Amino acid sequence: MSPFKPTLETTFCGIPCLNPFWLASAPPTNCGEQIMRAFDAGWGGAVWKTIGEPITNVSSRYSSIDWEGRRMMGFNNIELISDRPIEVNLQEIAEVKRRYPKHVVIASLMVESKRETWHEIVQRAEDAGADGLELNFGCPHGMSERGMGSAVGQVPEYCEQITGWVKEKARTPVIVKLTPNISDIRIPARAAKRGGADALSAINTINSITGIDLDTFQPNPNVDGKSSHGGYCGPAVKPIALNMVQQIQADAGSVLPLSGIGGIGGWRDAAEFILLGCSTVQVCTAAMHYGYRIVEDMQDGLLNWMAEKGFTTLEDFRGLSLPNVREWKQLNLNYQIVARIHEDLCIGCQLCYTACWDGAHQCIHLDRTSPVPDTTRTPAMVEVEAARKVSTTPIPKLDVGGAKMISTLTPLERIPRVDEHHCVGCNLCSLVCPVENCITMERIDKDIEAESWEERVAKGMVSAGAREVMSTNT
Amino acid sequence: MSARVPFPEQIAAAPEVAERFGDLHPPLDRQAAVPEANRCLYCFDAPCTNACPTHIDVPRFIKKIASGNLSGSARTILDANILGASCSRACPVEVLCEGACVMHRYNKQPIQIARLQRFAMDALHESGAPLPFEPGAETGLSAALVGAGPASLACAAELRRRGIRADLYDARPLPGGLNTYGVAEYKLPLVESLREIEMLAQLGVDFHFETRIDAAGLAELEQKHDAVFLGIGLGAIHQLGVAGEGLPGVTNALDLIAGYKSGSLTTVPNRVVVVGAGNTAIDAAIAAVRLGATDVYIVYRRGPEQMSAFTFEYEHAKNEGVKFFWHVQPTGIRGSKAAEGIELTRLESTDDGSIVPQEGSEFVLEADLIILSIGQATHSGFLSNSSSKSGKIQVERGRIVIDRATGQTSNPKFFAGGDCTNGGREVVDAVADGKRSGVGIAAWLEAQHVAV
Repeated sequence: MSPFKPTLETTFCGIPCLNPFWLASAPPTNCGEQIMRAFDAGWGGAVWKTIGEPITNVSSRYSSIDWEGRRMMGFNNIELISDRPIEVNLQEIAEVKRRYPKHVVIASLMVESKRETWHEIVQRAEDAGADGLELNFGCPHGMSERGMGSAVGQVPEYCEQITGWVKEKARTPVIVKLTPNISDIRIPARAAKRGGADALSAINTINSITGIDLDTFQPNPNVDGKSSHGGYCGPAVKPIALNMVQQIQADAGSVLPLSGIGGIGGWRDAAEFILLGCSTVQVCTAAMHYGYRIVEDMQDGLLNWMAEKGFTTLEDFRGLSLPNVREWKQLNLNYQIVARIHEDLCIGCQLCYTACWDGAHQCIHLDRTSPVPDTTRTPAMVEVEAARKVSTTPIPKLDVGGAKMISTLTPLERIPRVDEHHCVGCNLCSLVCPVENCITMERIDKDIEAESWEERVAKGMVSAGAREVMSTNT
Repeated sequence: MSARVPFPEQIAAAPEVAERFGDLHPPLDRQAAVPEANRCLYCFDAPCTNACPTHIDVPRFIKKIASGNLSGSARTILDANILGASCSRACPVEVLCEGACVMHRYNKQPIQIARLQRFAMDALHESGAPLPFEPGAETGLSAALVGAGPASLACAAELRRRGIRADLYDARPLPGGLNTYGVAEYKLPLVESLREIEMLAQLGVDFHFETRIDAAGLAELEQKHDAVFLGIGLGAIHQLGVAGEGLPGVTNALDLIAGYKSGSLTTVPNRVVVVGAGNTAIDAAIAAVRLGATDVYIVYRRGPEQMSAFTFEYEHAKNEGVKFFWHVQPTGIRGSKAAEGIELTRLESTDDGSIVPQEGSEFVLEADLIILSIGQATHSGFLSNSSSKSGKIQVERGRIVIDRATGQTSNPKFFAGGDCTNGGREVVDAVADGKRSGVGIAAWLEAQHVAV
């Protein structure tokens, strides 16, 4: 029996949550029937597909990029906000809240930039029973052409002003959803905070063109031969989202309770967002890909991991990784690692060799069977030698001990050797190696004291010309 | 080139044979091929490429399948191996490329290289595109190639790409040698071999069929051409040297295989005995099963550990229902008008390791068809009779001796490759030999001309 009984229950700016897993405002939260099925599957909350004056959508609306046989590594949409009448959405919010009082329903809102219009929609959404409001200042396609969505999120003054109007009226927490289609996410985040936002959610989708059809020369998704820039999401965007989440959380002017969004498809992704300070996470693409059922392992996996780590609540680990993200100038320049190839695990693919020669620092060599280390043998020389070899089919009757090609032992000449004196510890070989733990990065600097660029500058060890000439940290 | 009927249209297996000898390894479709191609790690200096006698750049052609560049993939294959389609089906890849795949050491199935190679080659054939190579500018030089099997075809392709005329002479009515007539139909259908050769013929290869070259003929070729390539393969299957061997109902594996592949044989009697346990014996035994035999035995004078068939071929035969009699020696064939059975004697090992007949162990295995598959003789004898001006062609134990890198024989004007030099290996070995010889001939001729 584990001494820890972890719980996923949490609160988000005052809203009690059964778990941190919310469905993002998107097609999976289009109507009450869907959201109730999602709650049955285990989702703790749902941000309703953005409510506003009903729009007309195009067909088709989605496109994606696949990666080496895996589908939907990146996903893109040009669907607008809800195409359903406002009153239908609001009636269904009331119905869902009546049936699922413990589940979180957030109304995502987008209306024209008029104070009274915002006041009216806020009132109606809260009257319907929404637990909170999410202001969609992030939608990058279509709505932005009409002065809404990211057209608001991209202008800090609008962002602050509209947040302020909403706050004049709202009785429930106000979450501002940020667009990543800006140069610095902290600018609109600070504006939202100045406007009185209770929380933030980030990131919305990223402007994208997913691809061009090489037969028709038309981009995707195809609408009668034409396309338009869409919103990019899915696994591919997670690193971008994590970066922006960290930027917000590390900035005193921006920091607010944050609902993390962007490429989350499993409990590991969720844990990473929480480690960077998020209180809840929102999911869309993964649910569109595999259905609501994915939440089961998100809960199960996160709970098991928490038990293993000794965390009882999400607060126990929320933001734990924030202190570990630093500016480059604060990194230890004396930290030294080198690659070590574990011969017993090496399968002899030599991907590390070619990667090091062409993509890194030419310090992996194929010379284990040479009498002396030979760092002058280039990949081209290896290939020329291989082409000259005469190979034949091993035939049992013609070759003693032949026909036994299959070997579980990698021949020594195929196992690359790292020249540790020249290895810069870049990681590349260990990243390309297909075998887990076959190439490890080993620390060799043990007796050297840590020292950063910042410290070197402070000690006067860096010549004037090489110093920072302009602050890039706004 | 004169208008001629394309090779694949000149002959076909009988419909019932085609039906019974369906693909042993079915083709991959695009949906299966691309993920499989994506599994390939893209090794540097890849072991699969090294293991392939023709050094096909396997990771390169596989990545081209993954990227959707199928014509480039086929070209990569053909560039190294002009019989890339045939080899994708006929090669014992378990001991070649797929056997060498690093995935074995990774606790995973090897990449299905053969099926991917076939996928790329099938795509090329289906596209109707021509061979992706042009003949070289004519040099005025010419070579005679004796035999039109895989070695000569590969040699001819290299010669044509370098503008050297290639005249192929073969005793059979169609090209390809054992690639056409000798590979089990469920691996490589005869028509597929011919289709590939038809494509190769686009390089302007001149075929002379039903032409047997003897010592005098060889002297004539030597005179008419700037170089001669010997791709003569091996000769007839050995005889047992026992009574009754001349009876009807006694045949050999190569004749049986050629017979059913070319449509002249569509059925066999119920009881069949195959003598020998090499890969060809297995092919013949499985063929007998598929041609309708109910009892098929392979008899071999040693045990399963000593047989020369690959393990996977042995397993395949067992799966097809072939039964094995180990440690028996044929001592005679019974029958008055036709074969009715084979006399066998059990063998036992002595202390010194030799095997001797076990006294009183003789028995008869009844059979309506006895197929001999105990190795092929060489037929290089006529070479020693040839009175070449430029020197003797060295032959050892019937095998023509060559420089492995160039294919050149002890007589510099003569080159050789394939079974007649290596004792009988695979199609891919013959292609590799022929390719090296083609390059070798061109290099030698160039050196001659520079010298002149």
